[in-house]
Amino acid sequence: MSVKDNTENGPPQTVPIQSETFSNPINAEIRRAAATGIYDIRGGGAKRRVPHFDDLLFLGASVSRYPLEGYRERCDTKVTLGTRFAKKPIELDIPITIAGMSFGALSGRAKEALGRGASAAGTSTTTGDGGMTPEERGHSSKLVYQYLPSRYGMNPDDLRKADAIEIVVGQGAKPGGGGMLLGQKISDRVAEMRNLPKGIDQRSACRHPDWTGPDDLEIKILELREITAWEKPIYVKVGGTRPYYDTALAVKAGADVVVLDGMQGGTAATQDVFIEHVGLPTLACIRPAVQALQDLGVHREVQLIVSGGIRTGADVAKAMALGADAVAVGTAALIALGDNDPRWESEYQKLGTTTGAYDDWHEGMDPAGITTQDPELQLRLDPVDAGRRLRNYLNVMTLEAQTIARACGHNDLHNLEPEDLCALTMEAAAMARVPLAGTEWWPGKSGSGF
Amino acid sequence: MQTYDLEAEGLRGLNASLHAQSEQTSQTNWEVVNPKGSHAIAVGLDAPIEVSVQGSTGYYCAGMNKQATVHVKGSVGPGVAENMMSGLVKVDGDASQYAGATGHGGLLVIKGNASSRCGISMKGIDIVVHGNIGHMSAFMAQSGNLVVCGDAGDALGDSIYEARLFVRGSVKSLGADCVEKEMRPEHIELLRDLLARAESDAKPEEFKRYGSARQLYNFNIDNAY
Ligand SMILES: Cc1cc2nc3c(=O)[nH]c(=O)nc-3n(C[C@H](O)[C@H](O)[C@H](O)COP(=O)(O)O)c2cc1C
Repeated sequence: MSVKDNTENGPPQTVPIQSETFSNPINAEIRRAAATGIYDIRGGGAKRRVPHFDDLLFLGASVSRYPLEGYRERCDTKVTLGTRFAKKPIELDIPITIAGMSFGALSGRAKEALGRGASAAGTSTTTGDGGMTPEERGHSSKLVYQYLPSRYGMNPDDLRKADAIEIVVGQGAKPGGGGMLLGQKISDRVAEMRNLPKGIDQRSACRHPDWTGPDDLEIKILELREITAWEKPIYVKVGGTRPYYDTALAVKAGADVVVLDGMQGGTAATQDVFIEHVGLPTLACIRPAVQALQDLGVHREVQLIVSGGIRTGADVAKAMALGADAVAVGTAALIALGDNDPRWESEYQKLGTTTGAYDDWHEGMDPAGITTQDPELQLRLDPVDAGRRLRNYLNVMTLEAQTIARACGHNDLHNLEPEDLCALTMEAAAMARVPLAGTEWWPGKSGSGF
Repeated sequence: MQTYDLEAEGLRGLNASLHAQSEQTSQTNWEVVNPKGSHAIAVGLDAPIEVSVQGSTGYYCAGMNKQATVHVKGSVGPGVAENMMSGLVKVDGDASQYAGATGHGGLLVIKGNASSRCGISMKGIDIVVHGNIGHMSAFMAQSGNLVVCGDAGDALGDSIYEARLFVRGSVKSLGADCVEKEMRPEHIELLRDLLARAESDAKPEEFKRYGSARQLYNFNIDNAY
């Protein structure tokens, strides 16, 4: 009870009410903007709540479907990517890949740890803006090489060393936006790899320098295939905005794999306003993309990798039930390595933040030594230990997804289907196109009355 | 001299044959006939061979070239010599957009004109254009030299980093952070060498130099937590 409400001092009064619209964090941001004149840049993905996999549930087996024995019966997890045109498709033991994160944004040791963990779990890792490092090539049994607008570090030798090529059109955190690596993180090595002076901010262009529309993309893919003798799978990565058309156009341009990244997807550094206000939630992206693949008759022939806020085996299973062939993780992999770990709480506090909220990945002062090029801080991450943690985490997610698949009666994660799901909210039902829990309908379902 | 009929034998066979050549190959001279505007001709080469293309090409001719000399006896489509690493690419006619885009090394010579975005994001390549270049050329150009014997279009060198631009004729407008700079003796020498290698008889003293004002180099970092 507030002092103002105390009737002993006079008539009852209203209690102070905080505005939902002008909340404390909003007001703080207004004051910060007013004081500095500069917008906020940060790492990570959308922090606001959006409809997500948590809004879906699996139904499990019942009288009409029987389950498989939890630990005994087979439940396959393998996936082959690039079966459409590539002479050497990539075979993964688990359908969970490590998303592209640049050397520059991450330390060389962090890249090594990602390679170690992914390889031990039988999956691939991905380069990022800034080129391929020997650490990650050496420690990744399967490495996807990103082909980005900046073309930092891009060269035909590394292209040929890669196991697959990912043409990045966009990212879920910032569809339509380029990148930024601030000067603090430009060490000699990063500068040299990117052909730029040390210490200056490095902007990554928002669109490719030598092609624009889908017709050009088709020719670009032809060029990359010719350079690599048609061996490597070619992925096209898009941020979640118009998933139906982007998927259809990527297929038309000749992609082997479409990577679709929703708005919760992490980034190393982008304007907060961009992260929070541009793009579609991951949940809203999957069905339209799968619909495009089905309409073109290439679902499963052109594989779909979904990313953006994948955290658990349940998320993996849900994405796959909606039609994805595999998923990719970025932020979760960094957390498994040790990002935002409570052991660094006192240091987070010194940086004015707290465990779980630390997102100034662009500033290069990461207490966990992951998103930094600082020679001292980097040493805090032991790539062998961190790689082991990542492997464990990937294994746990796989086991969790298998647990769910078996409970739904499937002997392969890829047999999960939308019929295994229901939704907790109308929004999630509409986006995932699965029935609201306990009903037979979802908004937009033909004949549902909506 | 090996002659390859692109129309009759197809693109894959051409690039596969060229990729099969090693440092020690004795088959150093290749002639491609009937290119007929095809895309991705002679891409990803990595041997000291000479390829002459008898006619005009489509997109990305000589893309990602290393070591080889590719001579196009016609005009080229978009992205000629994109991301070139080393070697020489020479075009007798005109070039479409993005000539030499993101090139890391080597020399690209265009005897005619080049369209917009010539030398976009260049990272060490040298480009010599005997004629004019279009708008937004050398956008975000990082390093290397772009020499234009004719005129340059709008927004030359927008957001340029450390590349050097030399223009003999007029510049319609300069892009953000691109300024005219002093021509010092070392620039004259550099230019003399490039012009000679590009078979141009232009005089280095006739050129003006442009480069970065370096005002956009450091974003005024946020002080938010
Ligand atoms: C530190 C960091 C760096 C990233 N760098 C790149 C990059 O270089 N290229 C790219 O396509 N995506 C990049 N991403 C995005 C990831 O590839 C991926 O789309 C995203 O992290 C997936 O969402 P999640 O973080 O919720 O798992 C980066 C993400 C993070 C967290």
